[in-house]
Amino acid sequence: MDNIQVIKEVTIEQGKVKINGLDFFHDESLEIGPFLKCLYKKLDLKYSKYYKMDYLCKLGFLASEVLLNGENDILTDSDDVAIVLANTSSSLHTDVKYQSSISEIPSPSVFVYTLPNIVIGEISIRNKFYGEHMFFVQSTYNKTELLDYTATLFASGSCKQAIVGWLEVDMEGAYCANLMLCQKNN
Amino acid sequence: MSELKENLKKQLIEQLNLEDFEISDIADSDALFGDDGLALDSIDALEIIVLLEKEYGIKLDDPKKGKDIMTSVQTLSDFIESKR
Repeated sequence: MDNIQVIKEVTIEQGKVKINGLDFFHDESLEIGPFLKCLYKKLDLKYSKYYKMDYLCKLGFLASEVLLNGENDILTDSDDVAIVLANTSSSLHTDVKYQSSISEIPSPSVFVYTLPNIVIGEISIRNKFYGEHMFFVQSTYNKTELLDYTATLFASGSCKQAIVGWLEVDMEGAYCANLMLCQKNN
Repeated sequence: MSELKENLKKQLIEQLNLEDFEISDIADSDALFGDDGLALDSIDALEIIVLLEKEYGIKLDDPKKGKDIMTSVQTLSDFIESKR
């Protein structure tokens, strides 16, 4: 993995947001809904599509906003930015919500979030990224494996920067995010 | 404001997660789609069709009429009234 450099790392869990290990934001509300709402307000964003997202997308979207804030100099070409993410619960939180709506009339706006990789689309649309992307569903967070995969992408020449990491929202709404901004190391 | 139109605005805000909007922010004639007004998208259009069926028991039989029916809260309200 000599060709990969982690420039910045954002972690979100238990009401806390950290950038490179340093406290960035803390909210007392530990439940995912109120917490994400507070973080969205803290970031002073105006993005109407945000409200339509499910929790996994909101978590990934906000984590990416914190991660990419002030990094415009690094992200020179939107074709060169890859997104490599993973989690263990896939989109289960939304899948269950959708399943319960089937008994009446299924909700189209819930249905569109019944895949975990939709969060990659949301981040890509927001930032106009057109690079490679992959979403792994795995039993535990294996950071080394994800960075290895990203190093392979860098070696193949398909991208020069990547957002890599873990985005988890389980069936009960417990959440955790760890996103890294990586750069190809020449 | 008629009760129907107020209910419609409330239901649109809830069903479409328009958290930035209050009922008073939506004028009867505001465009639901396009760059102005509420700037809804195609998924929202499907959600409005579901709303019409779920809340008012109205099925949109002719999809071609959807564009005219879903122009604004006023046109939605007129359509519901015409089906009552």
